[in-house]
Amino acid sequence: MQLLTKAALGLALVALAACNNPQGMGGVNDPGGAFGEGGISQGALNDPNSPAYFSATVGDTVNFLVDQSTLSDGARTTLAGQAQWLNAHPNYAAIIEGHADEQGTREYNLALGARRASAVQEYLISQGVAATRLRTVSYGKERPLAVCSTEECYYKNRRAVTVISIGAGS
Amino acid sequence: MVRWILAAMAALMMTAGLAAAQQGPLHIEIDEGVIEPLPYALPSFVDEGAGGLTHDITRVIADDLSGTGLFREIPEAAHIQRFGVFDTPVSYADWQAINAQALIVGAVGMSGGKVVVKFRLFDIYSGAQLGDGQQLAASPQSWRRLAHKVADVIYARVTGESGYFDSRVVFVSESGPKDQRQKRLAVMDYDGANVTYLTDSSTIVLAPRFSPQGDRILYTTFETGFPRIKMMDVGSASGQLLPEVPGTMTFAPRFSPDGNSIVYSLEQNGNTDLFQMSVNGGGAQRLTNSPAIETAPSFSPDGARIVFESDRSGTQQIYVMPVGGGEPVRISFGEGRYGTPVWSPRGDLIAFTKQAGGRFFIGVMRTDGSEERLLTASFLDEGPTWSPNGRVIMFTRESPGASGGAKLYTVDISGRNLKAIEGVGGASDPTWGPLLP
Repeated sequence: MQLLTKAALGLALVALAACNNPQGMGGVNDPGGAFGEGGISQGALNDPNSPAYFSATVGDTVNFLVDQSTLSDGARTTLAGQAQWLNAHPNYAAIIEGHADEQGTREYNLALGARRASAVQEYLISQGVAATRLRTVSYGKERPLAVCSTEECYYKNRRAVTVISIGAGS
Repeated sequence: MVRWILAAMAALMMTAGLAAAQQGPLHIEIDEGVIEPLPYALPSFVDEGAGGLTHDITRVIADDLSGTGLFREIPEAAHIQRFGVFDTPVSYADWQAINAQALIVGAVGMSGGKVVVKFRLFDIYSGAQLGDGQQLAASPQSWRRLAHKVADVIYARVTGESGYFDSRVVFVSESGPKDQRQKRLAVMDYDGANVTYLTDSSTIVLAPRFSPQGDRILYTTFETGFPRIKMMDVGSASGQLLPEVPGTMTFAPRFSPDGNSIVYSLEQNGNTDLFQMSVNGGGAQRLTNSPAIETAPSFSPDGARIVFESDRSGTQQIYVMPVGGGEPVRISFGEGRYGTPVWSPRGDLIAFTKQAGGRFFIGVMRTDGSEERLLTASFLDEGPTWSPNGRVIMFTRESPGASGGAKLYTVDISGRNLKAIEGVGGASDPTWGPLLP
């Protein structure tokens, strides 16, 4: 599913970049169709309507304290920006992925990741995003972003990521 | 597997030399905690036409017995008496001279396309055979099972308890870097031999659990993009997803002792509770209703109670509740967090994972929470599972850092004999199946 979402996202970037940058950015007009990743994200980052802009500039990730799912003030600010973007782009839906660091047992961390994803979902709904556009999933400790075994990495891994997908949800 | 009893050998070998014997009858009392392993001799079995399998079977029997930490093998080079023929009378004085307490004599042959093993166990200090001789037969590809069966009989005769060698373990095979870990469902013999993969690595799979009969496996899969419970038939490796409530996550399944129902966790709107359903997917029923996380449920062997973890007190702790309903009772009160409780097959103990002071521990406690005993400690130990006789615990140990990985370990419930399962690569989430028929 994660891979599918990324694949769909890649296609969306190509389409958007082609529409909004007729002169062609990066490798979009590469006749062979083999475009470099850098070219695509550069074009997309400059386009406030692109999911890449959402993830890089609005910010797709919020972090949590140990064994907590409470949203910090900083997280609320990020999520308010996410809600604003989602409200301005009603043709997109989102899957919120909840994650935990490795300092916990497997089942508990799945449940904890779900709590975090749900906290983000509730906040986005409170900011006017339709519940039907949002889904949650927990990966527990199965998909760490950072691989060291210190608090520096654990903090990065205790996160919820809002992944934009095509379609306004069901 | 065919099994029949051979005529017991006459055991009238007492000689004057025996007067010096200081030991009593051949017996290990596991409860007493064995400090000094029992010395035994296992001369290479007599080859009656099985060729190289004869030696292989002998060594697997030795690995099983010595691997318990309860037995210590006396190397064959030290043996005085040699067995060129299975029925050679035992010279007890020769075995007393090298301080053997147990002697196992056997032979391996072929009959009708099957491997046939026969063996006898002797109590050296009593100067007598212990139990009847036995003969077992199986197809050549099952030769390791034959060896495990022989070792199980010897273990049972010496300890008075059933063995655990002829059993299988379902687990998650892990490969690849930490941030792109590939996971596959796999089954192995209890000692890490005969690994068979049941799924490919295209999706995350977690925490497989054997049915009480060992014929089915429940596990959590991300194949739909969301955690869902799947039940697989081990023989055909074909599985089906259990019914779901849309918009929820289901995970942490376990079979009831009769194999007819499943207890599991269901997450909805961020809250995780326990549910039960029939193995055919019907009759889903809520067991807990709390805003806390309730997960990792496990039945008592009589099916009357469920032990699980909940953070309703503010941190992860262990609770026991009657299956028929009723208030859960908290049983863990030590420092730190407690999770992944699993009821012993003997019914007397609950194994758990404990987290305290930045370390992880595997431990056991009585079912009322008393007599807590920690058996292991490391950067990350988790997910205990019981041997079929309730004497050994297998668990996952993960090493720290970017290059960290998971391996399977075993430890006695006394805390002794900590060992890694070698030869299976990265591995996690074991569940020990029943002793095979």
